[in-house]
Amino acid sequence: MSNLVSDKLNMIFKSPKGEIVHALKDISFSLKKGELMTVLGPSGCGKTTLLNIIAGFLRPTDGKIILGEKEINGPGVERGMVFQQGALFEWLTVAENVNFGLRMRKENKIETAKKVEEWLDIVGLQGFGNTPTYQLSGGMQQRVALARCLINNPDLILMDEPLGALDALTREKMQSLVLKIWKETGKTIILITHSVEEALLLGERLYVMAPRPGRIHKEYKLPFASMGLKGDLREIKNNEEFVSKREEILTMIWDMEEEIMGKEI
Amino acid sequence: MITGFITIVLIIGLFSSIVYGRKLIKTEKVDAVFGNPERANGGYHWVVAGSCSILLLWLYFSWDIARSFYPNSANELCQVAKVKESVLGINYIFPIEERTLKSTAFIERETKNINKLKSEIEQSTLLNKDKSKLTQFLKDIELMIISLADGKNLGPEVKNEVNVIAKKITLLTKNFQLTNYPPPISAEQEKEALELLKNQASWGATGMEIPPHPETKRGLKFKAASKEMNFIVEEFFQIKNNNPIFLEKSEKIKEEIKNYKDELLENQEMEQRYLRRISKISGRVSRSNIFPSNTLDNVEESVVEFDRAQKKEQGSLKVIDTFLFPTGTIVASASGETCSEQGTGRWLPKPTDTLRIFLHLLKPSEGYKNFPMLWYEMKGVNQMVAFITPDWIADIIPGKYPVHSSDGKVKPNFKKTVLDIATGEFKAFSIPIPSGHIWDSFLRVFLGLALGVIAGVPLGLFMGLSRFAKGYFDPVIELYRPVPPLAWAPLIITVFGIDNSGKIFLLFMVSFAIMIVSARAGASGTQLSKIHAAHSLGASKWQILRQVIFPNSLPEILTGIRVAVGVCWGTLVAAEFLAGTTGIGFVENVARKYMQYEHIWITIFVMGMLGMIFDLAMRWIIKKTIPWRGKG
Repeated sequence: MSNLVSDKLNMIFKSPKGEIVHALKDISFSLKKGELMTVLGPSGCGKTTLLNIIAGFLRPTDGKIILGEKEINGPGVERGMVFQQGALFEWLTVAENVNFGLRMRKENKIETAKKVEEWLDIVGLQGFGNTPTYQLSGGMQQRVALARCLINNPDLILMDEPLGALDALTREKMQSLVLKIWKETGKTIILITHSVEEALLLGERLYVMAPRPGRIHKEYKLPFASMGLKGDLREIKNNEEFVSKREEILTMIWDMEEEIMGKEI
Repeated sequence: MITGFITIVLIIGLFSSIVYGRKLIKTEKVDAVFGNPERANGGYHWVVAGSCSILLLWLYFSWDIARSFYPNSANELCQVAKVKESVLGINYIFPIEERTLKSTAFIERETKNINKLKSEIEQSTLLNKDKSKLTQFLKDIELMIISLADGKNLGPEVKNEVNVIAKKITLLTKNFQLTNYPPPISAEQEKEALELLKNQASWGATGMEIPPHPETKRGLKFKAASKEMNFIVEEFFQIKNNNPIFLEKSEKIKEEIKNYKDELLENQEMEQRYLRRISKISGRVSRSNIFPSNTLDNVEESVVEFDRAQKKEQGSLKVIDTFLFPTGTIVASASGETCSEQGTGRWLPKPTDTLRIFLHLLKPSEGYKNFPMLWYEMKGVNQMVAFITPDWIADIIPGKYPVHSSDGKVKPNFKKTVLDIATGEFKAFSIPIPSGHIWDSFLRVFLGLALGVIAGVPLGLFMGLSRFAKGYFDPVIELYRPVPPLAWAPLIITVFGIDNSGKIFLLFMVSFAIMIVSARAGASGTQLSKIHAAHSLGASKWQILRQVIFPNSLPEILTGIRVAVGVCWGTLVAAEFLAGTTGIGFVENVARKYMQYEHIWITIFVMGMLGMIFDLAMRWIIKKTIPWRGKG
């Protein structure tokens, strides 16, 4: 069992002016293996901070987070990450980007090449191996980023608004791709987004976070992700339950935003 | 002849490309509005037009067009210049070269001096006795001037001499305009003249600026006139207006001044000072040779007439002088023997001469100062090995160097063999190594730059990534970086010597600072998400540095190298100016000392070309190594 357990996670930043910002306050949750969790919230609620802590790029001020048996203490291969802008290495080709992790660990070259082929196939980039990444479109770059992360066979995949910068059509295609990969690999996935629809559609579990201090506001268990595996995503979006949940969450986030604005004035 | 042909080709090229450009503007797509940067693309015909213009300007202002179409013009103009030079002395007496008559100007000036001195004496603390004495001297000098200026005092023989001169000039003017002037010379003289001509080099040949001996009929005419004129002018200056009244006064004042001076005591310094000034003025007036006004009128008229005639005789040469010798002309030396160019033709070398000298310099056997511009020499591999391996390698090998035995022989051991290799004491084959002024300059830039990159890039990256390194090295680098490199040059040349090592170190300092700044900017500009990605993909610190941060900084580093190449190149040439015995800057510095304008221009051209080649190479490297730049 490689459960992800977060225990009273606190994160306090000190701004250069000396102000103290409580980015995360008492975040506690646990995630079972193979679950897909989405995190939603207005900007500044600490979503990315949470993800960075899980990835090991940041160390929490207080509390701990455990993956399987081990406490997370720095970045590691068992936690793969997909970034908003892809964060590809533009001086490398698609294949070199995808096999970057394997190369760094000096794995067998022939096997690596085979794996790269496989993964390019899965993400729909057959024959693009030798293309320089700067020639790819935004959607294709995200596919490369996905493949680059997945080829390492991580236990946990962290996605930081991976589809945020894509146009609506590409986005829909990529959402199905994420679902497909989730189904085929059975990986645990945490996906951060600011799109309510995406959070509902992809998340088995959905956390809505609230800002100042960043905390978990509400938790939902959702059926849409498993529905999406079988059916058409657009159909689900017209589902009555989906629509009502969407309105509920939107109202919730609007209220939060209003609260912040009120505070600022 | 070739120059003439090239000139015509260039003119045709210029005009046809202008016409083509005009035509293209009319047929251009109408949507190309002003301000659209696309409009600057293409336009190779304008490159042709620009190149033709600059070459034509060069040919024109260096007087190469004049030389190619009228090869004799300089020689003829030289003879004209000799004529002008010969009458110059007389012209200065009359209001021809100056505004006023020379005598008038003299009287004006000296009267002013006398009046000034008078008032000074009046206001001084001298005794009245001395004052009146000194003032009396000045009054006497004024009377001397009056005695000269008065026409009544002029002796008849002077009048006669002046008239003779005027007549001689008029006669010369008349003869000069005749078609059979100059009169035929004896066979012997003709042979002599031909001999002179045979040995005379042409215009612009090595060591010959302008051929001085007349080569054409027109030239002969002017040369003969100048010779004759010289005699007349000499005779004219013999005439002195020394009438008896003036001479008497002059003697008297000399005597009186001397007497007064003898009376003065040692301590009467003020009186002595005034007296000295008075005797200076009186001396000037005695030698002045003032003529009464109108006395020399007929000479003036005849000279003006002569000048008119010589201008008329120049004929087409006058037109050539005006249009094909811009910004100057040919002038004769004061002696009237040699001629030289004055104007752009002097310091702007003619393209043909420049090309000829350039080709001459490029010949490996010639070169400059016994060193070729760019060639190769055979060098033993042993010398190179000795240069690379330091001698102490042998020293650190355990054991001792061999000692000679009783029969006076030395048996080498291993340690000795290593020393021999390290010092190049072994036989080896030779390989060709480039050498020459250009190669030396190139190598210095290359080595200085390479060292700067090798040392600067890692330190710059380190400074971009570490708080310690940034803080620790920042003060040193920021202090020495803004100092102009040349300010370091005297110090570094003193410490490292005038040879390669000093210059390479100077260039290293220049490129080192630039590379640090650019590598630091590159490293600190790496996107955090890329580093995060590399971390979560399992890369180690070294791998992140090597695989992520370094390639990500490449655009900045390469731009830095490109900047450094330019700065190094500029610094090197200036450093070679200061000291050294080889290099392109050295060539220019020596050429400057000998006023070899062609050589100076050649070095400028070579520097421009090398700088351009460096930059083109860098652009090519940038295009090949970082194609993603600006597309990420």
